[in-house]
Amino acid sequence: MSFEWPWQYNFPPFFTLQPNVDTRQKQLAAWCSLVLSYCRHHKLYTLDVLEAQESPMFNNKKIERKLSVEAIQVVFEELRKKGNLEWLDKNKSRCLIMWRRPEEWGKLIYQWVSKNGMVNSVFTLYELSNGDDTEKEEFHGLEDWMLLRSLQALQADGKAEMISMDDGKGVKFF
Amino acid sequence: MDRFVWTNGLLDMNETLVIQQRGVRLYDGEDKAKLDVGAILLSTHRLLWRDQKSHECCICIPLSQVIFFEEQAAGIGKSAKIVIHLYPSPENKEPGPYQQSKYSYIKLSFKEHGQIEFFRRLTEEMTQKRWENTPVSQPIPTVTGPKAGRTRAVGIVGIERKLEEKRKETDKNISEAFEDLSKLMEKAKEMVELSRSIANKIKDKQGDITEDETIRFKSYLLSMGIANPVTRETYGSGTQYHIQLAKQLGDMLQAPLEERGGMMALTEVYCLVNRARGMELLSPEDLVNACKMFESLKLPLRLRVFDSGVMVVQLQSHSEEEMIASALDNVSDKGSLTAEEFAKLLGLSVLLAKERLLLAEKMGHLCRDDSVEGLRFYPNLF
Repeated sequence: MSFEWPWQYNFPPFFTLQPNVDTRQKQLAAWCSLVLSYCRHHKLYTLDVLEAQESPMFNNKKIERKLSVEAIQVVFEELRKKGNLEWLDKNKSRCLIMWRRPEEWGKLIYQWVSKNGMVNSVFTLYELSNGDDTEKEEFHGLEDWMLLRSLQALQADGKAEMISMDDGKGVKFF
Repeated sequence: MDRFVWTNGLLDMNETLVIQQRGVRLYDGEDKAKLDVGAILLSTHRLLWRDQKSHECCICIPLSQVIFFEEQAAGIGKSAKIVIHLYPSPENKEPGPYQQSKYSYIKLSFKEHGQIEFFRRLTEEMTQKRWENTPVSQPIPTVTGPKAGRTRAVGIVGIERKLEEKRKETDKNISEAFEDLSKLMEKAKEMVELSRSIANKIKDKQGDITEDETIRFKSYLLSMGIANPVTRETYGSGTQYHIQLAKQLGDMLQAPLEERGGMMALTEVYCLVNRARGMELLSPEDLVNACKMFESLKLPLRLRVFDSGVMVVQLQSHSEEEMIASALDNVSDKGSLTAEEFAKLLGLSVLLAKERLLLAEKMGHLCRDDSVEGLRFYPNLF
């Protein structure tokens, strides 16, 4: 199913950083949700800033408007403050996009595990993210770093434990 | 020099002395006359010369014998001179210091200066020719008819000479007039220096001068266009001039403001007011100071400064909310507007149109779209 753009996407002023403080707040909120839902839809977990500027996410060719690099940085900063973004480098050229936070992922995984009565079993990470059983699940295809963080969140909660195995990592759920 | 006759130096009844100058040596043409330094006297009828040491030695020549005269500028080691060309003497001329001379002109050498004034007076007398109106009892040798063997300057040549004289005089008068102007400018400069130094003294001696005097002096300075040295803001103390001016502006600007929708940029006001005044133009400073007094004088106008620094004069009845609401309507109507389009729509200047749109944006009614196409304003749908 194709991505549904919010109404602001076709509103030219959306692509200009508004000087009016109140207007700007609303604008940035709209951008943040746009970025997160776009990434969720396309299962993007990392973003490169320069690439992103050309992607349809920030560039609406139909109305010939695109967000400037400065504005993108402002949007990303906003996401970082909300905990949805992490910079991978000091130059702020690449970042991790967490349209779902690790805790939320952990909860989803645990729900699936308990629903299928597989508590107390051991899984490899690969099984969880790429196994046939998890195909229908949202966390299928989750990138390793995110999976790891989610499991670590569960571990902190006492609901799982990371295990080192011969050919990699595994996890046991309680 | 052979035109001169001895005289007793007394002036006649109808004759008056115009000017005299001492330290003058006579020249017979190019040669120094065999006389000492004396004083030259100009009367309404004659040119006289008297020896400075022996006063009985006095000679004269009637002004009617002067053809024309000119200045000879001073040189190195040479005094300024006036060269006077003379008609030949009549046959019945009285005896003088010279029986004959090969020159038909003499020179007055002004060893102690004074030539400028003398020349001026001589010109006056030669123009007015007062001797013709009041003939003196002393017989003046008049030239009655052409004499054989001598050239005389009458007829066309004489007229030409007279025209030449007049032209020279006009030239002189013009350059003298401009001399005055440059003198005036020098004086003005001195005046400004003086007032500036007094202003500084006031600044230093703050306590010694009474409040009253200081205020009065400050207002004088202000009217001369010198900035107030003591306080930066003069509109607070408000001089009479500015008060009057503010009232005048209040009357003058009512109609133009209403035509332009209640608001005019201060630059427009400046142009309008000065064009109307014609003379006694206002300085920008005066205009601003007068406008600042609108409120305190309870006039129906206000001076307003926008965030960007633009200053406008607006009618007090002008309501900002109305303007913004109507701006929002206009923009919504057309979907979006640039400042230029908005200006055209309302018949405002682009500057004021932009200010209004910016204000609407500040209030949150509009948002902006900044692209390579320019700056457009949309209704704020966020």
